[in-house]
Amino acid sequence: MSTVYFLIVVVLVLTAYFLGARKASGAVAGGRGEWHSLPAYHGLFSASAVFIPMLALYAIMAPLAASYIDSAALSQFDPALVAEPLQRGALMRDASALAAGQYAGAPTPELQAAANSLNSTRVVTSWLILIIGCLAGLGAMQYARTRISPAFRARNSFEQITTIVLLACSAVAVLTTIGIVFSVLFETLRFFSKVSPIDFLFGLQWSPQTAIRADQVGSSGAFGIVPLVAGTFLITFIAMLIAAPTGLFAAIYMAEYASPKIRSIIKPILEILAGVPTVVLGFFAALTVAPLIRGWGEQFGLTVASESALAAGIVMGMMIIPFVSSLSDDVINAVPQALRDGSYAMGATKSETIKRVVLPAALPGIVSAMMLAMSRAVGETMIVVMAAGLAANLTLNPLEAVTTFTVQIKTILVGDQEFDSAKTLSAFALGFVLFFFTLILNFIALRVVQRYREQYD
Amino acid sequence: MDASTRTPTLSHNPRILAERETKIVAHDVNVYYGEKHAIKDLSIDIPDRAVSAFIGPSGCGKSTFLRSINRMNDTIPSCRVTGDILVDGKNIYDRDLDVVQLRARVGMVFQKPNPFPKSIFENVAYGPRIHGIAKSKADLEEIVVSSLKKASLFDEVKDRLDHSGTSLSGGQQQRLCIARAIAVNPEIILMDEPCSALDPIASARIEELIDEIRQNYCIIIVTHSMQQAARVSQLTAFFHLGDLVEFGDTDEMFTTPKDKRTQDYITGRFG
Repeated sequence: MSTVYFLIVVVLVLTAYFLGARKASGAVAGGRGEWHSLPAYHGLFSASAVFIPMLALYAIMAPLAASYIDSAALSQFDPALVAEPLQRGALMRDASALAAGQYAGAPTPELQAAANSLNSTRVVTSWLILIIGCLAGLGAMQYARTRISPAFRARNSFEQITTIVLLACSAVAVLTTIGIVFSVLFETLRFFSKVSPIDFLFGLQWSPQTAIRADQVGSSGAFGIVPLVAGTFLITFIAMLIAAPTGLFAAIYMAEYASPKIRSIIKPILEILAGVPTVVLGFFAALTVAPLIRGWGEQFGLTVASESALAAGIVMGMMIIPFVSSLSDDVINAVPQALRDGSYAMGATKSETIKRVVLPAALPGIVSAMMLAMSRAVGETMIVVMAAGLAANLTLNPLEAVTTFTVQIKTILVGDQEFDSAKTLSAFALGFVLFFFTLILNFIALRVVQRYREQYD
Repeated sequence: MDASTRTPTLSHNPRILAERETKIVAHDVNVYYGEKHAIKDLSIDIPDRAVSAFIGPSGCGKSTFLRSINRMNDTIPSCRVTGDILVDGKNIYDRDLDVVQLRARVGMVFQKPNPFPKSIFENVAYGPRIHGIAKSKADLEEIVVSSLKKASLFDEVKDRLDHSGTSLSGGQQQRLCIARAIAVNPEIILMDEPCSALDPIASARIEELIDEIRQNYCIIIVTHSMQQAARVSQLTAFFHLGDLVEFGDTDEMFTTPKDKRTQDYITGRFG
């Protein structure tokens, strides 16, 4: 039925466009003289006058109809049964199956009544939506037609409509972010009703196993995130130690030294590295780098865990090199040639010019590139899942296994879960803290750029 | 060697060359950008302690020749220079010449003011620092202050030497660039349309400044404004399509040009 609705929308919009444009151009026969806007703008104005209300009405009415359909069907059952959420879900599934003719057993009279109610309310509501929508569309078309006159500034009105549509699209992105924050926030608050935030933020032990049954042993649960913070930052630190200099120097080479030909080869290759799926990098870390490091470590008589922070950090560093180099390359290229010329004309050599003029001028952009790369590293999951291990050791020794926020979130949420246990809810609290970290990193990056950006007109 | 034998395109001998030492001698210079022949067999003698102006329509090669004098054309990969350019009798295109030292002796001021995104002080201190001119911190301060004074900018910025050079107005930025160039004690200052991005009042201040400092330097200025050339220069060279058409005393050039093309240009018939 919604297909029919949208077909009608298309037909009405096109009709509105052509009627609007024709009315404007037909009236023009005597010469364009006093008409403010071209016929196409009158057409566009009419079309959007039809399109926007029809779309908005559907967006409002469809969810209302769905909840009405459900409540009408559920009213057929005993209210006591319906009060229980799980029971309610099961009843609705049965009723839908019966309504679609796919119910296996013999239906109870209540179920049959619910299915009948579903079938009839569905038909009624979709017709209702269709009729209201069409009336609104036709009304809007009529309204738009009466507006068409030589003095009507359709061109300007359409401009305003365009602005509103663009605004609405960017609002979707913003609202989505806010929605995610709140959904995580509510689960986090539920978690904090079970575990105190002080224990969570400052506890030195992380062992999220909680007893599911009262008679289970050894699963008291400890939710202190300090080992995770240490692990995350240890790995991120190692990654940045590798990516920051390598990426920056690669960027300087590409922007300042490489001939256009070499640059046209290197840059795409680096971008391919950025496109390698992290799963692939993950098993590269776990199966190639980690054994290699352990082998070297053993030659020097060191004990190296087979899933070491070092292996995960190195591979993660390789993953973010392209981020650092590509962004830094862009900001170094954005430094005006005039500054380089000024420096060369003073008798500076190339490396003096880069060190004293180009890099200081590009510094804000480079810092923000580093911050963005760092927030990538903090939030990266697959590599650490495969290469960093699960043991929540509180250590700064890169040769031991550590664990990170993302690894723990993934571990907690994989498989069957009880959604009211502290263990499961702790994943949301971890997610919230992680989100907060990356938010701060991005915020710092933005502030640095705004504060120190030079205006090169 | 007599100037006229090396500069066949000259229509008369500049009086001023006889009075002053010759600083720069160019002989049969050709400059190519890839296939494009930008300067053709150019020969010219440029005197010390005077202002020489290069004028001519866009694309005539005047900026190209200017940038050959401190070898800034080296930064353009497709650019090729043949012939000799001698500064104090030494060929600057010799293999053993250090281009970094050359550029310390030949300062340059660009069309658009290009102060570095550093403080005013650091902008002027840039050259002395990289060339190790200043012996001490006090020495460096001394150089910065005197350069700013010579560029008649000191009084306007003395209370905010730590502010960014880019926070100044366009005219002040250009004087800062001149101070920056002066700070390394160059012998020659090349100016590539230094006033084209400035308003008339700022331009007038730059012109005054050029007039004040010309006693101490060999200054070459490329300009699109013939009035400016007439006001600031003692010698004028007219370029057209890669040729040096005419070179002589400024007052004679503007009153009695010898070449038809020069006359057409300065009377505004083309350009």
